[in-house]
Amino acid sequence: MMDALIFVLAGAFATATPLLFAALGELVVEKSGVLNLSVEGMMALSAAIAFMATLQSGSHLVGFVAGAASGALLSAVFAVLVLGFMANQVAAGLAVGILGLGLSALFGRAFEGATLMGLNKVAIPLLSDIPVLGRILFTQDIVVYGGIAATGLVAWFLYRTKAGLTLRVIGENPDTAHALGMRPVGVRFLAILFGGAMAGLAGAYASTVLTPLWSQDMIAGRGWIAVALVVFGTWRPGRVAVGAYLFGAVSLLGLALQAMGIGIPAQFMTCLPYVLTIVVLVAISADKVRVRLNAPAALGESYRPAS
Amino acid sequence: MLMASGGAPIAGVPTTSLLRLDGISKSYGSLVANDKIDIDIRPGQIHAVLGENGAGKSTLMKMIFGVIQPDAGAIYWKGRQTEIASPARARALGIGMVFQHFSLFETITVAENISFTVPGDKRELSRRIREASEAFGLAVEPDALVYKLSVGERQRVELVRCLLQEPSLLILDEPTSVLTPQAVETLFVTLRMLSDKGIAILYISHKLEEIRALCHSATILRHGQVTGHVDPREETSRSLAKMMIGRDIPRSAHAEARPDANVALRVNGLSTWQRDAHAVNLKGVCLEVRRGEILGIAGVSGNGQQALSRYLSGEETLPATRKGEIEILGAAVGHLGAADRRRQGLSFIPEERLGRGAAPGLSLNDNMLLTGHRLGMVARGFIRKRVRDEHAERCIREMDVRCGGSKSNASSLSGGNLQKFIVGREMMLRPKVMVVAQPTWGIDVGAAAMVRQKLVDLRDEGVSILVISEELEELFEISDRMAVMFEGRMSLPVHTRATTPERIGQMMVGLFDAQEEMTTEAAQ
Repeated sequence: MMDALIFVLAGAFATATPLLFAALGELVVEKSGVLNLSVEGMMALSAAIAFMATLQSGSHLVGFVAGAASGALLSAVFAVLVLGFMANQVAAGLAVGILGLGLSALFGRAFEGATLMGLNKVAIPLLSDIPVLGRILFTQDIVVYGGIAATGLVAWFLYRTKAGLTLRVIGENPDTAHALGMRPVGVRFLAILFGGAMAGLAGAYASTVLTPLWSQDMIAGRGWIAVALVVFGTWRPGRVAVGAYLFGAVSLLGLALQAMGIGIPAQFMTCLPYVLTIVVLVAISADKVRVRLNAPAALGESYRPAS
Repeated sequence: MLMASGGAPIAGVPTTSLLRLDGISKSYGSLVANDKIDIDIRPGQIHAVLGENGAGKSTLMKMIFGVIQPDAGAIYWKGRQTEIASPARARALGIGMVFQHFSLFETITVAENISFTVPGDKRELSRRIREASEAFGLAVEPDALVYKLSVGERQRVELVRCLLQEPSLLILDEPTSVLTPQAVETLFVTLRMLSDKGIAILYISHKLEEIRALCHSATILRHGQVTGHVDPREETSRSLAKMMIGRDIPRSAHAEARPDANVALRVNGLSTWQRDAHAVNLKGVCLEVRRGEILGIAGVSGNGQQALSRYLSGEETLPATRKGEIEILGAAVGHLGAADRRRQGLSFIPEERLGRGAAPGLSLNDNMLLTGHRLGMVARGFIRKRVRDEHAERCIREMDVRCGGSKSNASSLSGGNLQKFIVGREMMLRPKVMVVAQPTWGIDVGAAAMVRQKLVDLRDEGVSILVISEELEELFEISDRMAVMFEGRMSLPVHTRATTPERIGQMMVGLFDAQEEMTTEAAQ
């Protein structure tokens, strides 16, 4: 019983890591006032590219770099559409997302069913010797630690740096920001690229570490969960991380309960993480004041520079 | 005169000139927003740019501030021809601007807002903000979050932000439109102090009295063209108005109302409990509008007028247990939605014409249908297009709406014409009670005069009208009694003919007896 619980909690961090990376990237994009709905497609494409790169090179690092680059490249297509041609953000995001899914299937066909080695767990000295907690928190692979660090870094960037302040106010009112001498289009472009790279890392982790074998449709909606996490986490990095880990824990709970032979229909356990995450996060985001203060006011609106 | 070789000083231009515009023009498609504008401003001068809404004042200011670029003409700064390519360039030259719609970000602090244009770390900046606010008499708290500030406070923040950049020219776009008469006086004291220190001020306004009280010189614009360069201190309001609108201001003296004793709209202690920090809650609001009178609600915006209009219109409803807090013709309607209240004889004209008063993407015909469907425009669930079109065309004719016919989109009309259409539409419903918010906000003088006249005509037919407005002059012109809202509380009404703008101005900053106390006293 104890072992099962430790398995669930330790695994939750790994399961949640792709969600966390993708959601943090999307959070930065949305904070700049752009709604990029192509997260699912960017994750799928970069999962395929990262898998291919890792398979060829034998190095996970190469895989992650390739994944981030392909995610950023696809997001650049989105950026050109919405910033250059002022396309509707929702429509452009959906279209680019479908493009990503299609490219993913195309590139991945050659190695359908191939497998990779995962990443080794890194036990942090001393801390990992703590009973129970050590095995849950401090015996993880390096990317999981990276996810926790990324949460802190994104929060620090947004709320402690001048660049973060600039990004936030562009998401609140790009016209005013322009009048004050800021460059909404440039900042939004960089934010979109960052979001693409983060989605790329998420896809790379999903296909080369978490389940290191290739099958089409392996992202299975996690990009959409990431988008939802940003909204329900009221655009705060810490809350988004909590939401991601919660989702991870509950989705593994189903496996653990099945392993223990508790007779709950598998379908119920599969949908439980979605239901529970929605319930918890809706409760968090029910506070309208909190949403109003954190939601980017110009989210989804095209910005057209005055001429 | 127009030499291509930028930098060199040009003969014939007095070196004392700070900013000179020479033949500045700007068009948007076929619309000429500015046509060969000339202006000359010297250091320390307070110069007014006077014109109606749509005369091209804002376009001109945006070109001086580098937000947009002129199509033709030249700008000389301190005697040199200069291209102001961006707002950043304008600031570097020493031009500061306070916008009509404030350019502050709401979710961050005052100091953070100012940090975008003034360098320095946080502590240093806070110190400088405090110093400047003392030096110029502009009370500002650096660590306050902007969304919690009143409009007057936000304006002070904008002014301090500009002043910290040590500008030699300050542009103020309609700075008094959001202020009480007392706050206007305080602002003028500050502006005169700045002028004495050698800072030139470009003062954009359509308020003649203010310009005569404050400015040393004035340029008057009409339809994008200069119609006069004058010294406003030597002009009368009438002569200025004539240059501004091309004819005398249509001033209508309205006959006194003869209301009867019947109360058509009654609000009994309406209170709200919104937790949203942006919202102002109503605190025990009471009011009565009798048949055949206009009750005006004055107050600086953001003191609960929004909430009041939404609760009166039925966009927000009360629980059935409190339905008696709003009565129309003696019937409790607090729990009813907008459609049900309209059926009881209420009609409502909101302040946002596009999106709330009319659907921008629909034709005038369809906009007529929005509230007029019960005039026989719908039969068995189907639209009777002929009836609908007849009504729309009649409305256009009777209200003199200038448009491309009843099939044109609502968004293609100017603000004034659309407001005339909306007022006409609501009048055709033959309401018993009318609630109007900001009836002449942002529309030209002619249309405003017509809208006001129509409201008074309705009143004379026995309709009870509640007008919520920020324009004190307007309320003094048309209302029979006035009450003031401050921080969600409502003053007792006073007779318009027995009060003065100064007294109302005091009430607008909360100097009135709270109504709840009065009513409880009366009950004892």
